[in-house]
Amino acid sequence: MMNRQGRPSQPSDATTAPISATWTGHRALDLNEPLLFEQDRPGVTGVDFEPVSEGKTRLGGLERDEKIGLPGLTESQVVRHYTRLSRKNYAIDMGIFPLGSCTMKHNPRLNEAVAAMPGFADIHPLQPMASVQGALGVMEQLSHWLKTLTGMPGVSLSPKAGAHGELCGLMTIRAALEARGDARVRVLVPESAHGTNPATAAQCGYKVDSIPANDEGRVDIEALAEKLGDDVAAIMLTNPNTCGLFERDIIEIAAMTHAAGAFFYCDGANFNAIVGKVRPGDLGIDAMHINLHKTFSTPHGGGGPGSGPVVFSEALVPFAPSPFIAREGDTLRLVEDCADGAVGRMAAFHGQMGMYVRALTYMLSHGSDGLAQVAEDAVLNANYVLEGLKDVMSPSFEGPCMHEALFDDRFLKDTGVTTLDFSKALIDEGFHPMTMYFPLVVQGAMLIEPTETESKESLDEFIGALRHLATMASAGTSNSFAAAPQYSPVTRLDETQAARNPVLSYQVPDQDAAE
Amino acid sequence: MRYLPLTDHDRQDMLASIGASSIDDLFVDVPEGLLQSGPLDLPRHQSEMAVERAMEALAKQNRSAGEGPFFLGAGGYRHHIPATVKHLISRGEFLTAYTPYQPEISQGTLQVLFEFQSQVVRLTGMEVANASMYDGSTACAEAVLMARRISKKKKVIVSGGLHPQYADVIRTMTRFTDDDVNFQAPTPHIDDDALIAVLDDQTSCVVVQNPDVFGNVRDLTSLAEAAHAVGALLIATVTEIVSLGAIRSPGEMGADIVVGEGQSIGNALSFGGPYLGLFATRLRYVRQMPGRLCGETVDSDGKRGFVLTLSTREQHIRREKATSNICTNSGLCALAFSIHLSLLGEKGLRQMAHINHMRAVQLVDALGQIEGVEVLNDTFFNEVTIRVPGDARELVNRLAELGILAGVSGGRLFDSLTDMADLIILAATETTTDEDIHALASALREALS
Repeated sequence: MMNRQGRPSQPSDATTAPISATWTGHRALDLNEPLLFEQDRPGVTGVDFEPVSEGKTRLGGLERDEKIGLPGLTESQVVRHYTRLSRKNYAIDMGIFPLGSCTMKHNPRLNEAVAAMPGFADIHPLQPMASVQGALGVMEQLSHWLKTLTGMPGVSLSPKAGAHGELCGLMTIRAALEARGDARVRVLVPESAHGTNPATAAQCGYKVDSIPANDEGRVDIEALAEKLGDDVAAIMLTNPNTCGLFERDIIEIAAMTHAAGAFFYCDGANFNAIVGKVRPGDLGIDAMHINLHKTFSTPHGGGGPGSGPVVFSEALVPFAPSPFIAREGDTLRLVEDCADGAVGRMAAFHGQMGMYVRALTYMLSHGSDGLAQVAEDAVLNANYVLEGLKDVMSPSFEGPCMHEALFDDRFLKDTGVTTLDFSKALIDEGFHPMTMYFPLVVQGAMLIEPTETESKESLDEFIGALRHLATMASAGTSNSFAAAPQYSPVTRLDETQAARNPVLSYQVPDQDAAE
Repeated sequence: MRYLPLTDHDRQDMLASIGASSIDDLFVDVPEGLLQSGPLDLPRHQSEMAVERAMEALAKQNRSAGEGPFFLGAGGYRHHIPATVKHLISRGEFLTAYTPYQPEISQGTLQVLFEFQSQVVRLTGMEVANASMYDGSTACAEAVLMARRISKKKKVIVSGGLHPQYADVIRTMTRFTDDDVNFQAPTPHIDDDALIAVLDDQTSCVVVQNPDVFGNVRDLTSLAEAAHAVGALLIATVTEIVSLGAIRSPGEMGADIVVGEGQSIGNALSFGGPYLGLFATRLRYVRQMPGRLCGETVDSDGKRGFVLTLSTREQHIRREKATSNICTNSGLCALAFSIHLSLLGEKGLRQMAHINHMRAVQLVDALGQIEGVEVLNDTFFNEVTIRVPGDARELVNRLAELGILAGVSGGRLFDSLTDMADLIILAATETTTDEDIHALASALREALS
């Protein structure tokens, strides 16, 4: 029996207590940490303010008299709280983070230092434009890099994440179609697509129609030809796709799409595989978002913020959202008006400046030569992992792969070990697992994206651990897999209970008792 | 290149073990002629020092808020960020972690999100909050879409006191739906009567901001009652979240969905992003919420832990039937918010809000004494609107040249609306000093004389 802090509620009974139990519930450096609300010291605060001279309030009688319910903590309590919590996270700073489709690469700290410069961090989005020429310069330079790397003539920086970029792209396509009086209703999305693709198409008011994959993990061209028609607004394709493969027939796909009067949207989540090597504009793509938090190394922050600029073909540029940058001689200006028929504003202000600065810093560091090397090393590392595992795990498709290697669960057949168990066992070996059960086109998928920032030694250790687990699984030790992970701060969590009886915010214990 | 650990020797070894003769063998699926033969026409790699110099040169072309008197608000506010916040969010375990898809090794992020949700619930006076949205404006537009899913009605009424760029985002997000959006004309006066006049039983929701974009503190109670009487939802938008340390929460005044911009707590101005979308509502609507939710559960030993939950609303499970396409949100900004709010606590937030209000009172007193300046607000929290003779945008630009960032002009914010051209919206916070107010007042007096 544990209390809310995870501490035993009574002195332990040596005959029944698990071996690992301590009186505190802590295990050396693995420290349990109560919620902020359980550490409340009423009347305490961790900040101080300068005194202010008092005047007559002008709140219109709407003063907040009731208690808000925020806990009081000292500064040292707060530092310990978050330091302890931080140690319960895995992070790219600790080791390989091979989540397929997520491009978890090293995050250079120079980028953080630059973003923190007061000239970038301490400027307001609505300052007079003459006072923010450097910020507009960052946007201009970033636009130039993105357009050159993709070979596309236009860019909209403002989308705040990849999915927001998808929305921006699809809305722009719809605006262009409506401008030519050609309302269409369907968007074609491969079965292997990220969930955001169909969700985005639906949010733009389109019907989603799924395209099957062929035996080689790529778009089935014949099926596509059948699905294309004059009611299709766009095809949304990821390239390289979510099986880690380059769509060999992409030129033909683009031609077929355009011949049907539709636009070609590309999900650029996997741009890291081809940056500096292949220009999406050469492939016939009309719009593509770029996740700055993937390819250009802005940190993922435990779930954002991201940034998802969208590049556009000539046909779509007039319909792209505001704002964008215009240069008049030596002066830069933000164009904030929405042109007739164009999409308009995706968000207040001008997008993720903090991410623009980090991404541009990263681009300048690598240069065009370094970025091409990024793609080459990312692809090399993935193929090295594929090669190192192909005899003990089951690759879903014939190689070579691009930046990520896809395996399915055939190698676990009859072992009693599932993809989930296998991934959880990897946690005990000290690694973050690969992406599990995605893409949906293979059974029990395991998608591994090492990225270019892993050394050969790091990959060898990772491959060694996976080979060991694969051998263990086939040796019939499924019980140890089912119990994994054992060495993490918590063991496997009951997700069913969380969903069935949602507790989504802290409830004061009295209320608990009353329920 | 300093971020690439492979040596040429490693590359040769690895290619050999793969059985490839060159790197091009691995790009064999790229159609003929599309592989670049050399670097693109962009600068080559540079050292850390060279990059730092280049970026510093750009930074220096900006006038930062800390360089002098500064009074801009209108959706982005300059508050003091304790050093502790910046230190803690820089920890690699937070900064370089992914979305917590593997909860056993993401309890740090997950507990933070649970605590963040709990803080937002309390601040807004609601029952459930999500793990964040991109920013206040997109949260506001998502609330409109959510109200449609709940009410099954199409008519949306948007107050003229809503930040005009938030209204723009609603316009964008409803452009391809059949929602019928009624935008009330922007007005520096409280427009409850106009909103109530257009309410009917076809109305899905009313969107209102408090304090509104002109700084007025609004009592939402009667608007909530009127909306509820016809089965519509009240969406309250808070762009200055610090205000909730001084004024009654939207929940207490009857709002059904509260969205907000959380930048004010823990996050820098950063030229408008990344910011932090707050989203809270009543528990009965939780299954229509967009975005991620963190919930409490237990592990196999019965120990408390946290997971992402109710995912059947989300795109990675429901695909085209999801409540929203949102995936990545503003995790690190939520962390900064949560740390700053933990430091403040109940007492600190109330103090901070009080000081903000008192600074604004002083600002209003000073502005009110300048000939030609008319303060339009009866009520305010930390932001007010003034009317000046002539073109306010030009005046603001002129003051900026003198080193005083005097606020946001109506011309900049409302663009084409000429009846806003003589307005300036000014904010004061705990960072505003007596000297700042004095400098602004003198410069304004001089410019208008």
